[in-house]
Amino acid sequence: MQKILELKRLKKHYPILGGVLRKKISSVRALDGIDLDIYRGECLGVVGESGCGKTTAGKTIIRLHTPTNGSVYYYPEGRGPEGRMDIASTKISALKRLGIRSKLQMVFQDPTTSLNPRMLAKHIIAEPIKVQENVGGRELEGRIIGLLQLVGMTRDHLLRYPHEFSGGQRQRIAVARAIATNPEFIVLDEPTSALDVSVQAQILNLLKSLQEKLNLTYLFVTHHLLVVKYISDRTAVMYLGKIVELGKTRDIFSRPIHPYTHALLSGIPIPDVEHKQHRIILTGDVPSPVNPPQGCRFHTRCAFSVDRCRMEDPDLAEVENGRSVACHRQHEMEKLVSDRFG
Amino acid sequence: MSKLVELVDIVTNFYTYEGTVKALNRVSLTIEHGSSFGLVGESGCGKSVTARSIMRVVQEPGRIEGGSVLVYLDETDETKMIDLMKQSEDYMVDLRGNKISMIFQEPNAALNPIMSVGEQVAESFLFHRKQELCKKVLSELNSPDCKTIYPLRKLLQSIYMAADENPDSFGLKLMSKIPVLKWWRRRMKQEALKQSAEIISKLGIPNPAEVVKLYPHNLSGGMKQRIVIAIALACNPVLLIADEATSNLDVTIQAQILELLRELKQKEISSILLITHDLGVVAETCDRVGVMYAGNLCEVADVKDLFSHPRHPYTRALLDSVPKLSQEGELKSIEGNVPNLVTPPPGCRFHPRCPYRKGICSVELPELRNVGKNHQAACHVLPE
Repeated sequence: MQKILELKRLKKHYPILGGVLRKKISSVRALDGIDLDIYRGECLGVVGESGCGKTTAGKTIIRLHTPTNGSVYYYPEGRGPEGRMDIASTKISALKRLGIRSKLQMVFQDPTTSLNPRMLAKHIIAEPIKVQENVGGRELEGRIIGLLQLVGMTRDHLLRYPHEFSGGQRQRIAVARAIATNPEFIVLDEPTSALDVSVQAQILNLLKSLQEKLNLTYLFVTHHLLVVKYISDRTAVMYLGKIVELGKTRDIFSRPIHPYTHALLSGIPIPDVEHKQHRIILTGDVPSPVNPPQGCRFHTRCAFSVDRCRMEDPDLAEVENGRSVACHRQHEMEKLVSDRFG
Repeated sequence: MSKLVELVDIVTNFYTYEGTVKALNRVSLTIEHGSSFGLVGESGCGKSVTARSIMRVVQEPGRIEGGSVLVYLDETDETKMIDLMKQSEDYMVDLRGNKISMIFQEPNAALNPIMSVGEQVAESFLFHRKQELCKKVLSELNSPDCKTIYPLRKLLQSIYMAADENPDSFGLKLMSKIPVLKWWRRRMKQEALKQSAEIISKLGIPNPAEVVKLYPHNLSGGMKQRIVIAIALACNPVLLIADEATSNLDVTIQAQILELLRELKQKEISSILLITHDLGVVAETCDRVGVMYAGNLCEVADVKDLFSHPRHPYTRALLDSVPKLSQEGELKSIEGNVPNLVTPPPGCRFHPRCPYRKGICSVELPELRNVGKNHQAACHVLPE
């Protein structure tokens, strides 16, 4: 498989300013060293609790935020590994000139706030096209109608304001805007969490069909594990700014390795009464990302932590083909969990 | 099992500029002693309004227009029931947070940011349990190891004796308003704080004596939700209404809170009305489920029945549209959108989105009828 993006030791720290001179006194380590390869045509799900850096990861990858450290390599289509370029260190103007911005797009969480209430649907969708290309008049209108039809809407919706649409339709417009510039890669930041269950299914199916039609690559950021299970091919589990487990979605759900993944999966309320699962209840809360715990970040809530976990931060290491886990006791974990929780 | 709360044909409307929003259209349901009832549905279907109608706290511009809420506080005697709709506001004030209490959706909004969490829990004791607190303080004052100097102790004793007899007397109310004199309440407050520390420790919060002094912003989301639950549980309610109590929490914290509710259900409170949009939460915590759509209750059943044999087309569609662990193939979605309740569709409100609709569906609103043991559905067609 061909890579589209490669993250190397990506870090994003938000400064906390204080004192009279507004100096930087500390920082929120939202992303603290992420290594990740994203392959062309896949849907990579990113899950984790709030504050674990999922959204920051999405925004930093497409350079809405400038990373503090590390690099994001982008492999343009049909150019091979030699044509790769580091998005993290390229100037924004250069990104625009080279047309990379148009290849990387984003759909935001809440369509009510991500669409300008004073713009017509037509202008909302036209905006990214106009920035990139010099088109206008009938040609532009034709393209907008084509995009609307692609997301399951009609030309009647062209001349309406966002407040005239329902939540699901608004999210469709947001998707249409994201695909307007023929992107290769789209970050979907909780695209369904503001929607109702029945509408959520519509949007998920729309995203799936668009991915096939337009050959898109998705980074699907969400806290809803069952949605990730449904839509993504691979899943990355994040905890406090780091990836703790990465692998094929099917493998992760059937055989989790990292203790945090175990707890996360056992915590999902399953809409099925026959399904009785033993629940692993984690004690306490997620520590603050301002001063994360020493050693493994999960050790404060982990039932299996040993001395080594408190001292040494585990690296994301490959366990088997396409499966990586960051845990010192990864090889014995399966046995430990089954002994403890049955 | 005996009934605890029975709603009969509740109608609640909201009078907005756009027109009358018919939020609840004759909702009837029964919650039994010792059961946990789940109410599910999409946003805007009237779940929260149902809960608020039980408590009679529907916000402006909403009004409860009809129906009755019958409460059977005595488990053994069914004739001793009270219709909350006919009671005075004073009675309701006494009931809320005491016999029936509610956990609100967003702990950030439910807690007062300028009061310590201990004070907020203590408030419900100070409001509903004045006499008990007075008795406690009196016994403390009467005990031989009380260190208060004699004249002050005598004075406090006489005040608390009077308060014990009638805590709402005019004299005491006046005294509570006047600076310096209102200091008589201090001992009562301290006692209430002690009790709130106790209830907080019951909810699995470590170090309760320190936590009661903290302010909401010092606590994490899960802890805040526990405090909100503590406020609701303070007076041992017979019915606890949890309105989306876990929706804004993370998965691991949600698991903690659900586990807590389940434990409390076994030990402390008799019944829970759990309102949620998450079918998974209902499947794990409830005995009985009601499914709501656009202001109507469309199906009521035992939890196992509902998930294994849903009868109403909406329930089926809803269950199909949730991704499952064993999901294979395409997720089914419900076509169309939730209707606007200012102009709801005539007849069955689900018929424009229903794949099984017939002629009668757009004319007549179906009533809930028995379709099995303890299983009711409101549908003309009832597809097999």
